[in-house]
Amino acid sequence: MAATHDAAEPTRRDFLYLATGAAAAVGAGFTVWPFVAQMNPDASALALATSEVDISQIAEGQIITVKWRGKPVFVWNRTAKDIEEAKAVKVSQLPDRNARNENLAPDAEATDENRAAKGKENWLIVTGICTHLGCVPTSKSGEFDGWLCPCHGSHYDSAGRIRKGPAPENLHIPPYAFDSDTKITIG
Amino acid sequence: MQGHSTYQPKSGLAKWFESRLPIVGLVHSSAIAYPVPRNLNYFWTFGGILMFMLVAQILTGVVLAMHYTPEATKAFASVEKIMRDVNYGWLLRYLHANGASMFFIAVYIHMFRGMYYGSYKAPREILWILGVLIFLLMMATAFMGYVLPWGQMSFWGATVITNLFSAIPGVGQAVVTWLWGGFSVDNPTLNRFFALHYLLPFMIAGVVALHIWALHHVGQNNPTGVEVKDFRKDTLPFTPYATIKDGFAMICFIAFFAWFVFYIPNYLGHADNYIEANPLVTPSHIVPEWYFLPFYAILRAIPSKLGGVLMMFGAIAVLFILPWLDTSKVRSAKYRPMFKIFFWIFVADAVILGWLGSKPAEEPYITYARIATAWYFIHFLIVIPVLGRIEKTKPLPASIAESVLGPSGGHGFPGGAAASPETKG
Repeated sequence: MAATHDAAEPTRRDFLYLATGAAAAVGAGFTVWPFVAQMNPDASALALATSEVDISQIAEGQIITVKWRGKPVFVWNRTAKDIEEAKAVKVSQLPDRNARNENLAPDAEATDENRAAKGKENWLIVTGICTHLGCVPTSKSGEFDGWLCPCHGSHYDSAGRIRKGPAPENLHIPPYAFDSDTKITIG
Repeated sequence: MQGHSTYQPKSGLAKWFESRLPIVGLVHSSAIAYPVPRNLNYFWTFGGILMFMLVAQILTGVVLAMHYTPEATKAFASVEKIMRDVNYGWLLRYLHANGASMFFIAVYIHMFRGMYYGSYKAPREILWILGVLIFLLMMATAFMGYVLPWGQMSFWGATVITNLFSAIPGVGQAVVTWLWGGFSVDNPTLNRFFALHYLLPFMIAGVVALHIWALHHVGQNNPTGVEVKDFRKDTLPFTPYATIKDGFAMICFIAFFAWFVFYIPNYLGHADNYIEANPLVTPSHIVPEWYFLPFYAILRAIPSKLGGVLMMFGAIAVLFILPWLDTSKVRSAKYRPMFKIFFWIFVADAVILGWLGSKPAEEPYITYARIATAWYFIHFLIVIPVLGRIEKTKPLPASIAESVLGPSGGHGFPGGAAASPETKG
């Protein structure tokens, strides 16, 4: 046992100490990860779901709610007045100037053109989840003729842009495409 | 508080056992011979009441879990089955649901007691911090438990509270998705909340053990805030004195609890939670359970998402550092005339915040909530540190015995009981 006390030379025990410690640290890291990762969405939740929506029955001025990936999506056939109101607002007046439109570049500006469906400006399609804390806003209410979130009082305008209240971002626009004039696919 | 382990095993079997596992001696020294300050008032009975509530919640919770189904399409119906079909299911569920509220009533009284009498000051900082940890665990447990019936309030409460984490810059949305196990609150969320709701009470029990260990190491504070100086004069044995006082208070508290359970079982709940969860419709007015309302009011008072979340967690975090914010040498508000006034203003502020939390997020409530939130933090960060420096305190009694029996007292009766507690019942 001579090697155990104040040896200047590293001993076999020093080596074992370091090697055991290193193996334990790496092993713990590898072991912890599955326990963390199991909480993330599983394969069935990740399977990218799409929802097809028939929009031929949506009258002018009407908003319908469809479900996509467990979340509500609002499809709104806007009136000319709604569109005008949204267009009258300058981007510089908006709390969030980003279009939040997954169909456009991530830095697109929050103009009404960038929020509404391309070439069909009467159609506004947004995810019905308040960007504050995730409640579903009430349609056609609030001070800006868009949505009002009942939970903490966020007001969205007729282009789904945040105008007043605690929400930090405009209502998000999900990826979608027009299959025909009367049918869209979300997702 | 050592020196009172007076347990002497008598029979041969007791001696044999004690020399191998001294658990009878441990119970004897901490629940029978343990010296308690002789001037404790009824506010000191809430520790025992809280122990009772924890055991009651675990007991009712375990039997409810035998009938409940943690699956999104079946959870709501299984709770209704408990209410209608399971033998005494209505009673067990009402005991458990109202028990959570009783638990919080008791813990809030317990915490305000600690603040009023300066129980968090040296050498009881760790004791206090363990208590705040228990409070945090209680809030997590209560929140997840409220999700399990899968009603509208369950669902939207879970959505709002988990979305708080989306305020974290950069990784917020990833954290929320991780918490949910999906892209919205759904079956995976319900499942894991059930598992955690079952686990956390046992973690609370573990921290409670540490809390009591720390308490019995440093000894109880008392209404004068003066430390025990002479065990024979200042203290009485836990049994029978504290046992009977705790027991009496507990029975009164249970009567109060029973009144809620049998006469107004849904008074503290929300009618919306008897509507099954619907991910497409948010109730027009969502509010958390009453015990979260002051913190909810703080969250909504701040016009920024991240700011509101930080302030809400800050309102609890500030409790952790309270022992170091308070600069006063005197513990008890009894001898701190200015602190006493500010203490009651703080209590009023907390109650007002609770009331504001139950109101819709509109004027004038938002302005009121901002003022009350500001005061909450001013109280801890300015009033308490400054008071300790400028306040002229009243003279303290020389000892606990003197405060009870007058300057000449402290001899003979009933302290004589401390010498032979086992003969007193």
